Formats: sequence, C-alpha cells, structure tokens
Amino acid sequence: MARIDHLVIADMVPHGAKVLDVGCGDGALLQLLQRERNAKARGLEISQDGVNACVAKGLSVVQGDADKDLAFYPDRAFDVVILSKTIQAVRNPKAVLRELMRVADRAIVSMPNFGHWRVRVGLLTTGRMPVTETLPASWHESENIHLCTVRDFADLAASLGIHLERAVPITGDAAGAPFAKSLWRANLFAEDAVFLLATR
Amino acid sequence: MNQVLSPVGRMAAGGGLKTITFGPDHPLLLSSGQVLSPLTIAYETYGTLNADRSNAVLVCHALTGDQFVGSVNPLTERPAWWPRVVGPGKPIDTNRFFVICTNALGGCMGSTGPSSIAPDGQPYGLRFPVITIADMVRAQAMLIEALQIPTLFCVIGGSMGGMQALQWASSYPKRVHSCVAIATAARHSAQNIAFYEVGRQAIMADPEWRDGDYARHETRPAKGLAVARMAAHITYLSEPALRTKFDRSLQARDAVSFGFDADFQVESYLRHQGQRFVDRFDANSYLYITRAIDYFDLAADYGGVLAHAFRDCPARFCVFGFSSDWHYPPEENKAIVRGLIAANCDASYVEIDTDKGHDAFLLEEPHFESALTGFIDAAAASRGLPLKAEAA
Repeated sequence: MARIDHLVIADMVPHGAKVLDVGCGDGALLQLLQRERNAKARGLEISQDGVNACVAKGLSVVQGDADKDLAFYPDRAFDVVILSKTIQAVRNPKAVLRELMRVADRAIVSMPNFGHWRVRVGLLTTGRMPVTETLPASWHESENIHLCTVRDFADLAASLGIHLERAVPITGDAAGAPFAKSLWRANLFAEDAVFLLATR
Repeated sequence: MNQVLSPVGRMAAGGGLKTITFGPDHPLLLSSGQVLSPLTIAYETYGTLNADRSNAVLVCHALTGDQFVGSVNPLTERPAWWPRVVGPGKPIDTNRFFVICTNALGGCMGSTGPSSIAPDGQPYGLRFPVITIADMVRAQAMLIEALQIPTLFCVIGGSMGGMQALQWASSYPKRVHSCVAIATAARHSAQNIAFYEVGRQAIMADPEWRDGDYARHETRPAKGLAVARMAAHITYLSEPALRTKFDRSLQARDAVSFGFDADFQVESYLRHQGQRFVDRFDANSYLYITRAIDYFDLAADYGGVLAHAFRDCPARFCVFGFSSDWHYPPEENKAIVRGLIAANCDASYVEIDTDKGHDAFLLEEPHFESALTGFIDAAAASRGLPLKAEAA
C-alpha cells in the first residue's frame, strides 16, 4: 500500500511525464510514478544505501546532493520535479527551490508542517522541541535543519515569484481538500502538506 | 584452423584464439590520420546471439586484460578475469546474453599491435602507429558489424574498458542500448599520465628494449616492464588495503637485512606482480596502450564540453565509482555523470564504499553486483529481452 503523501503527489503528475525526484530515498515514489503514471522517472539521492536500493530495482538514480548537484541539470529538463519531504533537510532551501523551478516547468514539494496544532501545543506545554510521528528524531540528531510551517513555505515561494497552483493538506492517513487560497486552516491542522508549484 | 568468410572480414579460429582479419579493402583509419591495414581483431564470445540479434553485450577489458573475460586463457592459462560479473547466472548472464570481448587494438593476445608482423614481414615495433581509445572502438565496431549486430544491448567496461564504453556511446549513440562505465574517467588525469610515463621510461631505460626492436634481437625488456607494472600496480590498490594486507611485515625474516633484498612483504609482493606480468604481456603493447589512455579526453573533440560528447544519446547509462580508488577517484566518475546529466541522458551513478581501491571492480563487492544486476535487468526489460533464461 502506497503512502498517502506519495498518492497525493502521483495525482499531480501527468501521465507519461518526465520526472525528477530529488531525495528519492529507496525509490518507492519513483516506482509508483512508473507504475501508475507511466512516468519517465529519474532520481537524485544523497545516501549510498538509497542509491544502491534504487539502482538494484532498475531505477535511474544518481548519487548526489540536492544543494550542489541540481546545478548540473539543464534548464527545463523535466516536466515535473519532486522534492518529497526533503526541503527541511537541505542546507539552502531557497536556492534549492529556485533550482527546482529552473529544471522543470512544475515542482511538487511536500513537507512536514511545523505549524500543526500538536507541535504548537507541545512546544507551549513542555517548552521542548517537539518529537512527533513525522519528526521522530530529537533536535540534536535530526537531519531536519530547516523546519518550517505551511505559511512560512508559502511566503518563501511567493518571495521567489512562484505560484501555488494547488496545495493539499495531509493528516494521518487522509488527504484533505485543496487549500491554496486560505492557508490558516491547513497551517493549524495539516501534519504534512503537498504543494504543486509553477513559475508565474 | 577453420576459416569463415564474413562479408567484410576473414574469421578464423586456431591456437585457442578466435580472430577476424580485415584486408586492404577495409582499412582502419586512425585518429592520427594514419591507416592500419591489414587489421586482425582477436575476440572471444559466450552465450548465443538471439534471432533478433538484440542481446549482444560487448565487454571491454582494462589496460593489461584480454578477451578471456569468462573463461581460462588457453595461452597463459590465467583464469577468467571477471568471473563475478560474466557467466551463467551472473549479472551479465551468458544464459541470456551473447557476450563478446575483444583483445584491444594494440594488445598482444591476437589483435594487431606492435608485436604483430607488418606487411614487410618484420614485427612493427615502434613503426606501429600511435593509437587512441577511439581507434580501439572503431576496430571493435568493425567486428560488431561483421557479426551483423546492428545495436549492442550493452557495452560495459572498467578502467580503460570504461573509457571504451563511453567512447562507444559517443561515437555510435544509436548503436548502444545501454552503457556501463566503471572506475574510469572521461579524461586521463595529469597524475595518471605521470604514473604511466614512469612505466614507459622504465621500459625504455631497459637496454634490452633496443629502441623497441627487441623482437628482432630475440630478447625483451623484462626488467623495465616489471618495474612499469610495479609502479602501476600500486595505483590499483589503496593505502588501507596495503596496510591491512602487509603493513610493515617482513618477508620470511625476523629483522631487516640492512641490504636491498625484499625485506618487506609489500616489496616481495610487488616484485612477484612484476615478474608474473612480463610472462604474459608485451612491452611495446604496454607503451602503446598507456599512450592511448593518456590521450583520452572525451570532451576535447567537443569544445571541452563533455555533455556535447553525449548529446542526443538515447542509451541508458550506469556509472560506478569506488570510494578508495585513487587511480580513477569517485570525483572523476561523477564528472562523467555530470556530463551525462547536462546532456539530458538517462544516467545512474552508484558510489561503492570499499577499501579495495581501483581493483575493487574485479573483486567481491556485493553492492556493486546487486546494483549492476538491477541496471542490466531493467535495461533488458526496456529492450524487450526476457528476464530469466528461457528453458532450452
């Protein structure tokens, strides 16, 4: 059974699209996109274990670093570029986002929402950095060095002139109604959010 | 000796070597502008070419390799050099694929090289023209054409073999379905040219080299060639591997001898490597093939932009680097991948964590083998080839 965030992402990918998944992990999303969307799927992954697993599955994946290696892709090389739960782990999210919009016409970015009410309540009541299901590592062990809220991300996108075409909140195992216009509800209630971005 | 006349070349099998010879009507035009004719290419094959002629894999050997990738060399009696990768049930499964491996142009295992007899009846020696990796690939392409294989399912090689694989994809983009380049580079580095120059100077400093004319004097520069091999062999290993295997252990003695015997095991090992090598390799071939590698710079013919060498190549690529390889370090392999990415090619890059150095690609590396298997199987599926050997 595919992960709900992967299903939401797949739903945003046109059939037969040429796709780059940045931070593709063990390749589960790439396989889903190949199977369900007949996508020409490529990946970029930083971990050796992830790359080995992907290539052993027959996926086209390059070992590399989103912060450094996106620069080598030509302009508009892909129809869609995906950054699935990776933006919080990159060193320079703004530069990476700019690169995404350069290498593809559309970008799909999913992220854990640090504005979720449980995170807010946790921080308020315990006074400690939250440890949740989507953010399971403690602050000093976490690879997530750039956590943000739905509103923070929308602001960053706007500052780069990027248009939010669609945004889908995810809570538990369910995807909610798209919310691109009004952000406050998703910012409070979405555990994760998936954005479909286009250059204006 | 059996002889078969292909439309373009004369095929023969004798003395354990399969060869094809192209006469004056099919000369090989070299990168230098010179012409080589006649041309003999020695090769070995494994498995069966399918009815569609779509399952052929060309394996390219490294500097001192030969065509016996999957079987014992009948002349040297050395075992198959890539048994973990090529064979029944291996990543390049000879039950499914028709595997071809040629002795490189300039080599000394049956293909035309400096020890071959020139048209004037004397060995070429230094009269043999300087060749390039592209020339080696042109010669291979002549064989592949003679075998009537329109498109190779895969071209694969490590080290110099990887350079040939990349050259294939660049020279014949429509005739390669997939390309695997392992522990290699798109250009030979200054450090590597320097090491090869040490080897060549060692050979040429040996008085028995006789200006390359040693065959006519019925001698050979064994000492120089052994030193060349020793120097090169160090670059194929890693410092951690040397430390693990030898450290400063002494060779069959309790104390240093205060002399120049092989006191240390590592010295003894290198001397042994050098000695074994001279029995199976020709010194002039070593000069010519190292020179061909030195000259390799795939981007040079494309304005220095590597991506242009791969422009519009529809092949699927997989590049492997090994973490402790300082002959062709991961960064050199990554540079290939960056060129492929910039050319919009379908590329994978896998870096294998190992302390076995450059030679890791010839040794047991389970992650390398599993990733290679995945790549080959996916490429086979995209070519419409069966994933398992069909029952006979």
